[in-house]
Amino acid sequence: MSIMRSINDPEHPLSLEELNVVEQVRVKVNDEESTVSVEFTPTIPHCSMATLIGLSIKVKLLRSLPDRFKIDVHITPGTHASEEAVNKQLADKERVAAALENAHLLEVVNQCLSTRPV
Amino acid sequence: MAADSAQLLGLVEEFVSGQVDGSAANVATGVKAGQFSILQLVEALGLSLTSSQTQTRGRGVQLLSQVLQECYSSLSESEVKDLVLFYENRLKDHYAITPHVLCGLTALAKCTVLPSGAAVSILKALFQDVHVQSLMLTERACVYNILISLMDSREEELKDLGPDFVFGFVQAVDGERDPRNLLLAFQIARNIIYRGYDLNQFTEELFEVTSCYFPIDFTPPPNDPHGITQQDLILALRAVLTGTARFAEFLLPLLIEKLDSDVQNAKVDSLQTLAACAPVYGHKELAEFLPGLWSSIRREVFQTASERVESAGLSALSAITSCLSRTVLTSDSGDALQTFLELVLQDCQHHLCEPDLKLVWPSAKLLQAACGASYRASLIVTAVVLPVLFEQYNSRTQCAHRRTLLEVLQGFIQSTVSSQPAEREENVLLPFQKSLSSMVFSALAESNANLQVTATKVLAALAQQPGLLEETDVEIAVDHLTRLVVEEDDAQVSLAVMDCAGSLARLHPAVFTSRMVPRLKDEIFTGDASSPAPGRSKAASRERCVHALAFISSQLSLVQESAPVLLQALAAAHKGSSSFSTEEAIWACLSLQRIAEHAQHTVEIGEFFHNVVIPRLLGLSLHAALESQKCSGHASPLTEETVLSAIVPVISTACAALQPEPAAHMAAQAISLFLDGDVSFLPENAYPNQIQLLQIQSDCCSQSQMVCLLMASVCSLSQQVEIPHIDRLLVQLEELIFTCTHPFSYTSAAKCFAGLINKRAAGQALDAVLEKTLKRINTTLDCESSAQRVQAFTLLIWVVKALLLRYHPLSVNLIDKLFCLLSDDQLGSQAADSFSLLMSNSPDVLNRSCHANVRIMYRQRFFNENSAKLVQGFNSAEQEKRSVFLKALSHIVNNLPRQVQLTELPALLPLLLEALSCPDEAVQLSTLSCLQPLLLEPPPALTAQLEALFTRLLALTTSPAMKVRISALRCIHALTHLPSHMVLPFRARVLRCLAKPLDDKKRLVRKEAVAARSEWFLLGNPGGR
Repeated sequence: MSIMRSINDPEHPLSLEELNVVEQVRVKVNDEESTVSVEFTPTIPHCSMATLIGLSIKVKLLRSLPDRFKIDVHITPGTHASEEAVNKQLADKERVAAALENAHLLEVVNQCLSTRPV
Repeated sequence: MAADSAQLLGLVEEFVSGQVDGSAANVATGVKAGQFSILQLVEALGLSLTSSQTQTRGRGVQLLSQVLQECYSSLSESEVKDLVLFYENRLKDHYAITPHVLCGLTALAKCTVLPSGAAVSILKALFQDVHVQSLMLTERACVYNILISLMDSREEELKDLGPDFVFGFVQAVDGERDPRNLLLAFQIARNIIYRGYDLNQFTEELFEVTSCYFPIDFTPPPNDPHGITQQDLILALRAVLTGTARFAEFLLPLLIEKLDSDVQNAKVDSLQTLAACAPVYGHKELAEFLPGLWSSIRREVFQTASERVESAGLSALSAITSCLSRTVLTSDSGDALQTFLELVLQDCQHHLCEPDLKLVWPSAKLLQAACGASYRASLIVTAVVLPVLFEQYNSRTQCAHRRTLLEVLQGFIQSTVSSQPAEREENVLLPFQKSLSSMVFSALAESNANLQVTATKVLAALAQQPGLLEETDVEIAVDHLTRLVVEEDDAQVSLAVMDCAGSLARLHPAVFTSRMVPRLKDEIFTGDASSPAPGRSKAASRERCVHALAFISSQLSLVQESAPVLLQALAAAHKGSSSFSTEEAIWACLSLQRIAEHAQHTVEIGEFFHNVVIPRLLGLSLHAALESQKCSGHASPLTEETVLSAIVPVISTACAALQPEPAAHMAAQAISLFLDGDVSFLPENAYPNQIQLLQIQSDCCSQSQMVCLLMASVCSLSQQVEIPHIDRLLVQLEELIFTCTHPFSYTSAAKCFAGLINKRAAGQALDAVLEKTLKRINTTLDCESSAQRVQAFTLLIWVVKALLLRYHPLSVNLIDKLFCLLSDDQLGSQAADSFSLLMSNSPDVLNRSCHANVRIMYRQRFFNENSAKLVQGFNSAEQEKRSVFLKALSHIVNNLPRQVQLTELPALLPLLLEALSCPDEAVQLSTLSCLQPLLLEPPPALTAQLEALFTRLLALTTSPAMKVRISALRCIHALTHLPSHMVLPFRARVLRCLAKPLDDKKRLVRKEAVAARSEWFLLGNPGGR
C-alpha cells in the first residue's frame, strides 16, 4: 500500500513538499493496524502557521484516506517552540472538528488544499 | 430650385431650433446627392451662425460639421478655403462651440484639396486658441486626428513650421490620460521622430511628455470595451522612445532608474526597451552609461527569480554587445567593445572558478549572450573563457561539477553558431579544437551516465560546425559511440548516444561505414560463445546494436551497409543459427522500417529497398514458408504471425515512397510471384517449380499467410500505378478468403482485396467485381449454417471500409447490411466491433500514408447518415440485443472529432447513459472515455440528465474492471467543473460513495479517487471554488 503519494503532496500555495515541511521518511503507514502517522517540520521554530499547516495535513488525510485509518499528525520533535501545545491541539478530535466548523478557518484550509492553478 | 432651398431652410430650422438631430443626416444626403451645395447650406444657416445666442450658434456649427463629416471628399478647393477660415475664427468663439468646431476641422483636415497654407494656419489657430487638455475625451481625440491627417497629407508644410509644431504637440499632449488618446498621441510622436521633423530645442520636452508614461501600468476595464491592451500601449510607447538616438541621454538614465525599482513589469519593460534601442543607438550614445547598464543587468540576472526578467536581461546584453560591435574602431575612443566585454568578463569570469559553482549558470548565460552577439564579441569572450573552462574541467573530480562545466561549454558552442563568421574568417572555436575534443572524449569515457549524456550533446553540437572535428577526431568519436552502444545499459545514455550518432552519421557517413557498422555487425552475430561480461545481457546489447543501425542510416551509403546486416540477421534467425529469438527478428524489422522511412526523402534509398531489401525479405519468408511445410523440427521465426506483421510495414513504407516506374515494376513482380509462382526476381534459386501461394494447402497456413506481404507490396503503391492482372488477382483472393480457415490469412487477404478495391478507378470493371463478390458474401451470410460466415463477414467489413472511404455509392447499402447483422445471433457482437474498425485508422492498409483514396470528413458523414438508423435500431431491438447497438454507437462516437461530439451530444445522451448501465465492460469503458472530455466543457443538454448520470457513474466506481473504475472516477472529477448550483445537491452522496474507492486495492484507482474526492470536498465550501 503506497498511499504515501497522496500524503506527500498536500497542495499548498508553495507546496509543503517543496518547502521540505513534509518528507517521505517522516511518514509512517501501517496498513494492518490502519494507522497513519505524519511528522511535519515547520519552516522556522516560531512559525505561527504550524497549527494551520498541521490542520491542513490532517484534513487532507481525512479526506483522502478510508475511514478505517487512525490519523496522527504531529510536529517533528525539537523543531518548533510550542511543539506540545500544537500537538495537543491536533490530536484533539473535538478541537479539529470545532475548527472546521469555523467558516473562516475552513476557508483558509480549503485554500491551502485547492489545486494550484497552472 | 426654390423648392430645394425651401426644403433646406426647413431642415436647418428643424435642426437648429427644433433640436431634431435626424435632419442633419437628411441634409448630408441632400448635399451628397447634389441637391444643394455647401454654400447654400452656409447661406441657409446664416442667421443661426451669427446669432447672439451661444446655443443657436452651437447648433448651427454642429449641423455644418456633421454634414462636412459626411461629405468632405466632394468639396472644392475654394469651398475648403472659406470653411477653414470660418472654422479658425470659430475656435476663438465660446467654449461650448469648440467641440463642434473641432469636429468640422477634423473633417476638413481629411480633405485632399486642402489649399496650401491651410494646414499651417489650422495648426497655428489650434495651438493658439485651444487648450487641449481642458477638452473632453472625444474632442481631444479630434485634435489628435487632425494632427495625424495633416501629417499624412501635408508633411512638407508642417516641416516648414519647424520646432513650433513639436512644441504645439507637446503642449497639447501634456497630461493626457486616456489610453485611446494615448495611442493616437504616441502615433503622432512616432511620426514626428521617424519622418524627420525638426526637434531642435524641444527634444527634451518631447521626451519628457512621452516618457512620463514609462513604464506603462494599465489594466483594461473588466469588459474591455475598447480592446486596448497593456501590450499595445507598451509597444506604441517603446516605438517612440527608441525611435531616435537623440533621446539616449535622457532615456538611458531613466531605464537604469526603472531597473532599480521593485516592480517586475517595470524591469522587464526597461530591459526590453533597452534591447530595442540598441540597434538604433551607436557607441557614442551608450558609452557614458555602459557601466551603469551593465551593473543593472548583472544584478537582475544574478538575483532574479523570474525567467522573464532573466531572458529580457540577456537579450538586452546581447543587443548592447552587437551595437558596440558595429562601431568602427577610432583612435580616440579606443575599442568600446573590448572595454565593455572586459567589464563583463571581469565580473563573470571568477564565478566560473568558484569551488561550489554557485553562480556559474547566471554568469555563463551572460557570457553566452555577449558571445552570441557578434563575431568579434565571440572572439574576445571565448579567448578568455574557454581556457578557464578547460582548466576547471581538468581540475575538478566530481562528476556533477564536470557535467555542469560541460553544459556551460555546450552553451558556448551553440552561442558561437549564432555569430557565424563570414566566409573568409575562421571559426572562433578553431584554436580550441584539440582541447574541446579531448574534453568531450574524456567525458565519454567516464562512467557517469549524466556526464555521458551531456558529452554526446556537446559532441553533436561540435559536429554541426564545420571544421571543428578533424577526420581523426571523428574516428575516435565514432569508436566511443560504438563502444557505448555495445556496452552501455542505461536507457537514457543509449538514447542520447543514438541521437548523437544519428546526427554525426548524416555528416560523416564514410567513417560510420568503416568503423561502426562492422563492429555492430560483429556484436550482433558473435553468438553467446564470446561470453558477454557478467551482468550484461546479450539480447539487450543486440537490441541496441540493431537500433543503432537504424538511427545512423540516413544516408544512402550507410543504408547500403546497414540494411544488409539487418537482413543477414533475419536470415540467421530463419536458419536458427546464432540463436536469434522471435523478438530479435521483430527488432530487426522495426529498424528496417525506420530506415525505410528515409526513402520518402531520398529516392535512392527507395530504389535500394526495391532492388535489394524487398526481394530478399520476400525470398526469406518464402523459404521459411516452404520449409515449414516439409519438415517439422525447427520452426523458423519468419513463419510466425508477429514477425510477418512486422515485415509488412517495412515493405509498405518502402513501397509507398517508390517512384512511379519502380512502383509499377514492384507491382508486376509481386503479382507474378503470387499468381504464377514466378521467383525469378528473388535472390537464391532454390525454390521448387510449382509454387502457388494463393492456393490452399490442405492443412497448412504457412503459405497462405504470406498474402499479407502481397498486401504490403501492392496496396501501398501510389494510386496512379496500374496493377497488372488485377481481375485474376481479385478472384483468387476471394477464393482464398472463402476457403481458408486460418484467421490471419483470410483477414490479410480481405485487407488486400479492400486495398485494391479502394484504389481501383470507378467504372464497369469495378462494379462487376463488386457485384459478384457481394453476391457471394450475401449468399454465404444468408445461409445460417454456412461454415464460411465469419470469412464472408470479414471480407464484407473490409469492403465496406474501402468503399466508405472513397464515398462509393454502394457503401450505403452495405452499411445497411451491417446494421442488419447487428441483430444476428452469431455475428452481432462482431458487427458492433467492426464499427470501431470502420471509424478508426488501420495501421497497415487503407490509410493516407498508403496513398489510399480517403475523402475528408468521412467520419462525420458516416455519423450523420447513420446515427439515426442506429438509434432506431436500438429502440426496436429486443432487450438482450440492445447492448450490441450501444457498443456500436460508443465505437462510432469515440472516433468522432470533438466538435461533432459536442453538437451531437444532446441527441445521443440518453443512449450513452443507457450504455453506461450496459453490463459489457468494453462498452462501459469506451462510453466513459468519450464522456470524460465532454464533461470538462459540459453542454447544457447534460444538466437535465444529471441524476441519471450520477447514479450510473457512482455505480461504476465499484465495477470489477480497474479501467472502468478509473474512468468513472475521472468523469466524476470532471463533473466538479459544472456550475455549483447544479452539482451541489449531489455533494453529500458523491462524497459518501467516493469513500469506498479510497480503499481500493489498486493504487491508480485510489489516486483518482483522492483527486476526485478532494475536489468534491472543496465544492461550495468557503475557500473552494
